Amino acid sequence: MATIAFQGLRHSYATGAAPQASFALSHVPIAFEDGGRFALLGSSGCGKTTLLNIISGLLRPSEGRVLFDGADVTDRPTEARNIAQVFQFPVVYEGLTVAENLAFPLRNRGVGREDARRRVAEILDMTGLAHMADRRARSLAPDEKQLVSLGRGLVRADVAAILFDEPLTVIDPQQKWRLRSRLKALHAQTGRTMIYVTHDQTEALTFADRVMVMHDGEVVQAGSPSDLFDSPEHTFVGYFIGSPGMNVLPVDVDGRNARIGGQSFELDGDPPGDLSGRLEIGVRPEHVQVGTTGLAIEVQRVEDLGRVRIVRARLEGHDLAAVLHEGEPLPADPRVTFAHGRAHLYRDSRRVALVGAGR
Amino acid sequence: MKPTNQKAWLLVLPVLGLVALSAVIPLMTVVNYSVQDTFGNNQFFWAGTAWYEQVLHSERFWSALARSLSFSAIILAIEIPLGVFIALNMPRKGVGVVVTLVLIALPLLIPWNVVGTIWQVFGRVDIGLLGATLNAAGVDYNYVQDPIDAWATLILMDVWHWTSLVALLAYAGLVSIPDAYYQAARIDGASQWSVFRYIQLPRLGRVLTIAVLLRFMDSFMIYTEPFVVTGGGPGNSTTFLSIDLVQMAVGQFDLGPAAAWSIIYFLIILTLSWIFYAVMTRDESK
Amino acid sequence: MLELDQVSLSRGEDPWIHPTTLVLERGALNILLGPTRAGKTSLMRLMAGLEVPTSGRLRMDGVDVTGRSVRKRNVAMVYQAFVNYPRQTVFENIASPLKVRGEGRAAIEEQVRRIAGLLRLDPYLYRKPLELSGGQQQRVALARALVKRAELVLLDEPLANLDYKLREEMREELPRLLTDSGSVVVYATSDPAEALLLGGPTAVLHEGRVAQFGPANDVYRRPQNLLAASAFSDPPPNVLHDLPLAPVCAVRAHHLRPDRTHPSDLAFEATVTASDISGSETFVHIDLPGCAGVMLRRGVHVYEPGATLEVFVSPHDVLCFDANGEALAPAEAVRG
Repeated sequence: MATIAFQGLRHSYATGAAPQASFALSHVPIAFEDGGRFALLGSSGCGKTTLLNIISGLLRPSEGRVLFDGADVTDRPTEARNIAQVFQFPVVYEGLTVAENLAFPLRNRGVGREDARRRVAEILDMTGLAHMADRRARSLAPDEKQLVSLGRGLVRADVAAILFDEPLTVIDPQQKWRLRSRLKALHAQTGRTMIYVTHDQTEALTFADRVMVMHDGEVVQAGSPSDLFDSPEHTFVGYFIGSPGMNVLPVDVDGRNARIGGQSFELDGDPPGDLSGRLEIGVRPEHVQVGTTGLAIEVQRVEDLGRVRIVRARLEGHDLAAVLHEGEPLPADPRVTFAHGRAHLYRDSRRVALVGAGR
Repeated sequence: MKPTNQKAWLLVLPVLGLVALSAVIPLMTVVNYSVQDTFGNNQFFWAGTAWYEQVLHSERFWSALARSLSFSAIILAIEIPLGVFIALNMPRKGVGVVVTLVLIALPLLIPWNVVGTIWQVFGRVDIGLLGATLNAAGVDYNYVQDPIDAWATLILMDVWHWTSLVALLAYAGLVSIPDAYYQAARIDGASQWSVFRYIQLPRLGRVLTIAVLLRFMDSFMIYTEPFVVTGGGPGNSTTFLSIDLVQMAVGQFDLGPAAAWSIIYFLIILTLSWIFYAVMTRDESK
Repeated sequence: MLELDQVSLSRGEDPWIHPTTLVLERGALNILLGPTRAGKTSLMRLMAGLEVPTSGRLRMDGVDVTGRSVRKRNVAMVYQAFVNYPRQTVFENIASPLKVRGEGRAAIEEQVRRIAGLLRLDPYLYRKPLELSGGQQQRVALARALVKRAELVLLDEPLANLDYKLREEMREELPRLLTDSGSVVVYATSDPAEALLLGGPTAVLHEGRVAQFGPANDVYRRPQNLLAASAFSDPPPNVLHDLPLAPVCAVRAHHLRPDRTHPSDLAFEATVTASDISGSETFVHIDLPGCAGVMLRRGVHVYEPGATLEVFVSPHDVLCFDANGEALAPAEAVRG
C-alpha cells in the first residue's frame, strides 16, 4: 500500500538528447493516493500506457523519479515494486488451474503452503471464481480470465497498486458491465489502489472517482467525473468528455463585455486581469439555451437522437452545437444564450475563469 | 451465424482422388501381395495369414523393430530438448534473427544421401576429419567395426541434420507469445525456470506435438542415411526395419513376407503416431 | 430498387430469416436495425447473393436475380473490420475495383481523386492503409465501395470499431456520401441513435423477422410492437406489467425522471444498483417493482449503489402494448 508520486518525470522513446517535442510524457503533476480508484483517460498515443509502464517498472523514465510513499523506486525492477497488472489481453498460466494461477505469485515469493492456501481461498471467494477453482485456466471465458489475472494481483498482501491496461478490450459488451461492477465491488472490499487506463470515457468515468485526462504526453486535468464535465480545465477535456463535446468559440473580452464576431453579450462574472493570449469561451451543448433572445445563429441541421435533438448551427462563422430536449421547440429565428454559470473562459486552451454568460 | 455451404465438399474431391491414386491403390497392391504366394509367371496362390505369422514369429523382425524403436527414442530424447534449448537462445529482434535462421536452416537443405555421404567420409578413420582426429587423440573410434561407434555416428548425424527442424518449429511457437505474458511473469516474480515451465512450454505444446510426430515418423522410417554410412552394419547392428525390408524385397525377392512386413510396419507407425498425438493433445480437450 | 419478396433462409430445421418482404429504393439510406444476431448480416448476405434464399424471390429493378451469384452482380460491401489490401497504397486500394473492370488509366485517376476528395483522403493517397488511423482506414474501404458505382452497396456496422469521437464525425458525413451515390444503399447497425441520425427507411429486425419497417422517426416514436420498441431503444426500455394503463407498458430510460414535473405523473419506488457515466449522460441502473430497469439522465450525476429514490414518468411517455406485445392506442385514449 503506497501513495505513488512523481518528480520531474519525462520520457522520450528517442535515444540520446531528445528535443522537447519528442517527449511521449512530459508533465505529470499528479499523485495516486493510497486506496483510490483512478483512471488515466486519453486517445491512443497520449502517453497513458507509457506512464503505466513507468509505474510498473517495465519502462525506465528518461528523466525524473518515481516515488512510492516517498521512497525512490525509479531503479527498482518490476518484481521488486509490488505492483500488479491486468493486461489488455487476458494473461493466465494456461496449464495451471484457476487456484494454481492465484497461488503462483505467492509460491514465487516463498509464502508458506498453508498461508497460500488460505489467501487463495479468500480471493476465490471474493472474485466469485470458487466454483471453478480446479478448472484449467485455458478453458475459461475471457472475462473469467481477466478475473483470474486480477486475482493474482489481489492475492498478494504487499501490493502497492493494481494497474489495469484497457482490461475490457476483449470482453463481450454484455459482460463488460458485469465485470466493471465486479471491479468496483472488489475495490470497496479490499481498499487497494487501482489505476485504470482506457481511451473509453464511459469506462473511465464509471470506474474511477478520480480521472486523469491525458493529451500529448501531459495530464491536462485530474478530477472527479463531474469536475471534468462541469468545469473542464483544458479545451481538450471539454472536447473529449461528452458527446457532442464542448463548444469552444474565440472571444474578445473587454471588462464584462464579451464579443464573438460582430455580436456581443455580457458576462456574469469578472474576467481575470491578464487577458493576453488567445481567448476562447467554452460552453457545453447542454448549456446552450435555444430561444428567441441572445446571439443570433444560423441552423445548419438538426440531428434527432430520439431522447434529444442536437442543433448544429453556425455562430458568427463558428460551429456551435446545442441540445434540445424531447418536445422543446426550435424557434423560426433562433437565438442562443449560455446557461447561468455554465460558460468558461479559456486563455491559450487553459481555463482561467468561470464567467457564466448572459445576453 | 455462419451458414455452411455443402458445395465446399466438391472442392475436396480432386484431392481425395489424388490421395486415392497415390496412396490407397499402391497400398492395396501391397495388401494383395501380403496374402498371396507366387512362383513367378504371374501365378498367385492364396496364402492367407501365413506371411504375417512368419514375420511375427521371426527373430529377425523383432530385433530390427527393437533397433528402430531404440533409434527413434534416442533421437527424440536428444533432438526435442536440444531444439527447444536452441530456440530459447535464438535472438528475437535485430539483424541476428535472419543470420541465425539461415544458419539453423542450412542442414535442412542438404539431400539425405548427401548427408549420408558427408558423414560416411567425415567419420572415416583414414581420411575423415572426425574419425582421424578422434583416433589421433587416442580414442579408439571406428564405425565400420564397432557397433557402438556406428550408432553414435548415426545418432550424431541425425541430430546434426534434424535438430534444426525442431528448433525452427519451437522458435515459431516462442515468438508467437505476446510480451504481456513475460511482463505478467515479472510482476508475479516468476523465475527463469517458471517462465519456461508455465508460459513457454504450455505455449509450445502444439508445435512440439508436430515436431515429435514428424521426427518420430521420419526417424522410424530412416533408410537412406544408414544405408549410405553403415549399410546396416557392422553385422546387423544398424539394420533398421526399413533396411531389412529392402534387403528382403529387393535382395531376396521374398515379396510375400516383405509385403506382410510392410503392412505391419505401416500399422506400427500409424498406431504409435496416433498414441503420441492422443497423449500430447489430451490436455487440450479438457 | 431492390425487392425482397417473401425471402427466407433456413439451416436445416432452423429458420434464420423468416419470410421477409421489403422494398428498398435508390437514393435513400436504408437501415437494418437490430441487436447482434437479429439476422442483419444474414439478410445482407441474401441481398448480395452470397446466400441463396430457401424460398422467395429477389428482384433488382424488376429483374429477378434470385440465385444469381455475387460475382455476376455489381455489389459492394463494407464490413465492421477495416478490410483493405495492406501491401497497396490508398490510391491502389481505391483503384482496385476499377482496374478489375479494365478502365483506362486516366479514367481511374479521375474517379479515385474525386472519391478521395469527398472522403477527405487526398493527403494519404500514397500511404499504406496500416499507417492510417482506424477512421481513415474505414474511409478507404468506403471509398473502394463507392468508386465501384455498384447497383447495391451494403454496409455492415461500418462504424462499430471506431472510437466514439470518430464515429460522431463519420455519422455526419455518411448520409451525404451515400445518398448521392445513386445505388441502393443498405446500412446495418445495432445502435438506435445511429439509425435515427442517418434517418432513412428503417427495418427493425428481431430474431430473423422484420418487426417494423418505415421512416426511422416514425418507427422510433410509434413502435407497432414491443419488439420494435425494444430494438429501437438503447438502453432497452423498462417493461412494466402492473400499470393501470395497459397489460404491458414500456418506458424508455430517458423518460424516467428523478422529480415530478406534472401532477398526473406516475411514481415508483426504486433502488439504485449501479451507475454508468458516458460523458454526457448517466445511466442509473435501478430495481423497479417487478423488474430491473435503467433511468437515463443528461449530464454527470453521482448515485451510490443501495440508495433509494422515487422516479416519475409522464403517462404520455408510456408506450402501451397488449398482452401479445402489439401496440395499443396512446395512453390518453386508454384513460378515457
